[in-house]
Amino acid sequence: MKPILEVKNMTMDFGGLRAIDNIDLSIDKGQIVALIGPNGAGKTTFFNCITGIYTPTSGDVYISPRGKDERLNGLKPNIVTRKGLARTFQNIRLFTSMTVLENVMIGCHAITKAGIIGAIVRGPATKAEEKLIVKKSYSILEKIGLAKYVDELAVNLPYGAQRRLEIARALATDPFLLLLDEPAAGMNPQETMELDELILKIRNTEGVSILLIEHDMKLVMSLSEKIYVVDYGKKIAEGTPEQIRNNPVVIKAYLGEEIEEEFDA
Amino acid sequence: MTATNEIKKSIIASVWFMFLTFPIMVMKVNTVTQTVEWRWHNMALVGVGAFFLSMLWRYLLKRKEEGGKREKKAGLSLVQRLLQEKQFALPGMLIIALITILFPHIFSMYQTNIMISALIFVVLGLGLNIVIGLAGLLVLGYAAFFAVGAYSYALLNLHFGVGFWIALPIGGILAAVFGVLLGYPVLRLRGDYLAIVTLGFGEIIRLVLENWNEFSFGPSGIKNIPKPGFFGMELSLQASTVYIFYIVVVLVVFTIFVINRLKNSRIGRAWTALKDDEIASQAMGIDKAKTKMRAFALGATWAGMAGVVFAAKTTFINPASFTLWESVIILCTVVLGGMGSIAGVIAGALLLILLPEYMRDFGEFRMITFGAVLIVMMIFRPGGMVEDVRKTYKFEK
Repeated sequence: MKPILEVKNMTMDFGGLRAIDNIDLSIDKGQIVALIGPNGAGKTTFFNCITGIYTPTSGDVYISPRGKDERLNGLKPNIVTRKGLARTFQNIRLFTSMTVLENVMIGCHAITKAGIIGAIVRGPATKAEEKLIVKKSYSILEKIGLAKYVDELAVNLPYGAQRRLEIARALATDPFLLLLDEPAAGMNPQETMELDELILKIRNTEGVSILLIEHDMKLVMSLSEKIYVVDYGKKIAEGTPEQIRNNPVVIKAYLGEEIEEEFDA
Repeated sequence: MTATNEIKKSIIASVWFMFLTFPIMVMKVNTVTQTVEWRWHNMALVGVGAFFLSMLWRYLLKRKEEGGKREKKAGLSLVQRLLQEKQFALPGMLIIALITILFPHIFSMYQTNIMISALIFVVLGLGLNIVIGLAGLLVLGYAAFFAVGAYSYALLNLHFGVGFWIALPIGGILAAVFGVLLGYPVLRLRGDYLAIVTLGFGEIIRLVLENWNEFSFGPSGIKNIPKPGFFGMELSLQASTVYIFYIVVVLVVFTIFVINRLKNSRIGRAWTALKDDEIASQAMGIDKAKTKMRAFALGATWAGMAGVVFAAKTTFINPASFTLWESVIILCTVVLGGMGSIAGVIAGALLLILLPEYMRDFGEFRMITFGAVLIVMMIFRPGGMVEDVRKTYKFEK
């Protein structure tokens, strides 16, 4: 089967700095893939390149949600979202002045189409659409376990709930691939465990594939089927959690070179 | 201990103020006799005044700090609760409607005229509220769109004899075109940068109108703009004033209706989302450029229509009516009233236009009070007089 996301030889330069160097990556339908690496390795830049916030200097990003290849390079972020890639952010970016429900309703923006005239006249089509948005948003919140906060302002939510709300909001765009940028950052072990279950649930019930950046190794190892490791913008390893755990290159990147030998000599 | 501390602080403040104001409040050079008068009693007044004001200031600040947490839990302010209570809202609306309908018949023509200008500013405030309150784009040259509307009626009438009712939508559309023209190059700008560019835009429009004599008749303006006709009938001055009053009222009601609908629609939510976080809203599939343009165009449309009504009301327009000062006043009505809140902006506009009219005796102090009120507002009620409340939705579980 064709992978639903395929990144080929992607490179991203910022002036003289090569943030991403020739990375290949592919995700199959229904897979949970993790992208790990030390701080500053270029993981978030990689996300930004795929989702259209940056245009990669060279290389290709292809998606094929329905068996047909589409090239994503250079498309605007909102178009990329419309094509079915939804993401969350490392530093939470909720719409703080809106309620929890409205945050999710914004996620429905891409799949609805009422315009100015529709809004002013509020005809049957617009009314039906509004109703659908509210209903859909609420059911997503129920699924994510945020239904009790529905009318709270997003900014007043506890931290863990804010992270989950980001996921809920991303799900509202009807994605086939969910990109999670450090979803467990700042969570306590209890919350991380719940997140683990949530991600699995999303994959199993919605059929959404997941690409996640994460530093919490326990979460990464238990969730992912394939792991990519990047360091200084280069891919240094890929494989199953078991292979990655024992890969000397990965250990070196995370823990540094063994220096005992020098003392021996 | 704290009490003596407070007093000590206030004494320091009052001494500081006495020192600062010493040259202007105490010394006075009498140029005729060439002597210096020492007005020590003024110093005492400044000292005592500063002492009590600084006490009051710190008391209010403290109360705000303590009250801040409590108020958030209590939630809505009095006005908002009144608006939401059904039993108050309906009779309240009826009373307001009744007063509005009877207003020109009860009060003099002078009062009606003042009310008309105030209502024009309500429309302007509500229009700017789309751009600032909903979409979060700080526009400082809003009076330019107002001018586009007014001049499009005046010029179309002068050259082609176009009537008020046809000019009204044309003025709105032309202003919208200018809104898009301005909006396009400033899409990337935010906050202060946007404010500066739009300020420049406003000045450009005013300067063009002032200097392009062949087109706009320069500073001398355009005279004898006809008042709106009533099915071809000529109205007396009195009657036409009343007529315009009702036209403006209808325009205000229409504006409220439209903005209310927009606010809680897909577009309105997209605006608020863009205001909160541009990158996140793009990641949610919102087209940044298109959405911002819509805000610019719609905001400008209302300014344009208000401009047409303004030209018809005054029957004479010149560039002096569309200066930066007008833009600032409109901005103040939005900020003072409460960004995004319809009731707030209406209250703000009425207050800011009517109060100076009725307090002409204090005209000299207008600017200073204006500034002081804004500063105090920003500290104690940063959300404006009537803060915006998000709609809560009903759904079947």
